[in-house]
Amino acid sequence: MTRTPGQRLLVALPYLWLLVLFLAPFLIVLKISLSDLAVARPPYMPQFDLSEGWAGVAAFVDALDVENYVFLAEDSLYINAYLSSLRIAAISTVITLLIGYAIAYALARAPRRWRPTLVMLVILPFWTSFLIRVYAWIGILKTEGLLNQALLSVGLIGEPLTILNTNTAVYIGIVYSYLPFMVLPVYATLEKMDESLLEAAADLGSSRLAAFFLVTLPLSLPGVLAGCFLVFIPAIGEFVIPDLLGGSETLMIGKTLWVEFFNNRDWPLASAVAIVLLALLIVPIVLFQRQQMRQEIGT
Amino acid sequence: MRRFSWFNATSLALGLAFLYLPILILVVYSFNESRLVTVWGGFSTKWYGELFRNEQFLEAAWVTLRVALVSATVATVLGTLAAYALVRAGRFRGRTLFSGMIYAPLVMPEVITGLSLLLLFISIGMDRGIVTITLAHITFGMCFASVVVSSRLVAFDASLEEAACDLGCTPVQAFFSVTLPVITPAIVAAWLLAFTLSLDDLVIASFTSGPGATTLPMKIYSQVRLGVTPEINALSTLLIGVVALGVVAASLAGKRMEGRADP
Repeated sequence: MTRTPGQRLLVALPYLWLLVLFLAPFLIVLKISLSDLAVARPPYMPQFDLSEGWAGVAAFVDALDVENYVFLAEDSLYINAYLSSLRIAAISTVITLLIGYAIAYALARAPRRWRPTLVMLVILPFWTSFLIRVYAWIGILKTEGLLNQALLSVGLIGEPLTILNTNTAVYIGIVYSYLPFMVLPVYATLEKMDESLLEAAADLGSSRLAAFFLVTLPLSLPGVLAGCFLVFIPAIGEFVIPDLLGGSETLMIGKTLWVEFFNNRDWPLASAVAIVLLALLIVPIVLFQRQQMRQEIGT
Repeated sequence: MRRFSWFNATSLALGLAFLYLPILILVVYSFNESRLVTVWGGFSTKWYGELFRNEQFLEAAWVTLRVALVSATVATVLGTLAAYALVRAGRFRGRTLFSGMIYAPLVMPEVITGLSLLLLFISIGMDRGIVTITLAHITFGMCFASVVVSSRLVAFDASLEEAACDLGCTPVQAFFSVTLPVITPAIVAAWLLAFTLSLDDLVIASFTSGPGATTLPMKIYSQVRLGVTPEINALSTLLIGVVALGVVAASLAGKRMEGRADP
């Protein structure tokens, strides 16, 4: 296929946009993470000064250091926040997978003419505001909230449970908010599956449970993988959920970054926190992109 | 065809209940007379009245709507171009980087995107406000839009475009008379997705906004931190209602268009 100038422009326009507003900002974050905190506007130094020519560039490079990273490595608060984010995201992803798989499986087995409506019912909550959906849980989970009222009136518990402002509330929030991201990719693989494979397994003497683990589950792995990436990666850097539902025990790096930036106004340290978080995420993100590309070529 | 088992029906019912109960409770309690949000004090619509007299909310809603309309429109155009480049342009230099920049924002934690965009705007000396929020929203909106459009483009046979070109269409004509009618439902879906993502965004808007530009989620967030209030329940109910109507209307329109496009 020969390429006309028009086609070049087609590629160039979105490409340039992303280079300027997606890639360049990361380089700036990297640069500022190597700077020092300053009482000035903007609150970091050194400033880049092109008017002094090469001497200015050299002085600028000289003034950069890895002090912020040393600080991050030495202060256990940050290490614990990273580890705790990974743990909370991993646990939430597993719970989301278990619930999401059951829903996706039921969707794929539902009568064909109901499926579009049922799929839409699963997607619909995702279109309503994330913030509002997280907020809805505050009224349910708090000590005098609806869940405790219900459990008390049935007599299941003697006194109200403390759920809001604990990690349990954070798990509930993440599972609830990210559930459609798990259901949809898993459903997409299950729906495409050839049902005659299950009949073949049954004919060959396999029980339904065995057929599930030997046939259905392996065939749905691409969807499971995509769903897990879509939940795990954003959950690590989640801010709204730990902030509104979590408590003092909840340590998550997205919140640490927010506090460092907005409350302590330490921009260089916040940038270093972001760069380390990005370094942690780069492996799963690249794996996710590979998997998406493979899916695209596959279809 | 196997029948729909009790096990599957139960898990589907429980799943849908889990998804909808919290929203339903929120809607019901927005009509609660009592200021105590967990005690039912009788039916009332007074919180909706309070809401419409609150000028801060109205102003924030207007800012949010303008940002969402502009950013969704630009994001859909750029996203469609990007999808076309990914699916139809074949191999070009820097394709891996390009697709990486399309997929990465889908999973990138918002705190990182927000922080990096803010530092960009500051380092080029741009005043922060509605414009910077809009630029930020275009950037992540176009990535979502391009994924939606490209999934439709992949399924669409490129030989139809080639046939149009063989019959004397210019590539631009082929796009508008052959490709565009087929991918229109995807473009509508992409616009709606970019629009709702923009309406919904708290974190990136908080980083990239400046004095005077407060979006509705930012306003809601600052109220919610102080606790659950009936006004927020009323506002949430209105937003949920608008979104539900929009999505149902769009899916009906999409079905009609698709029916026309695929003979």
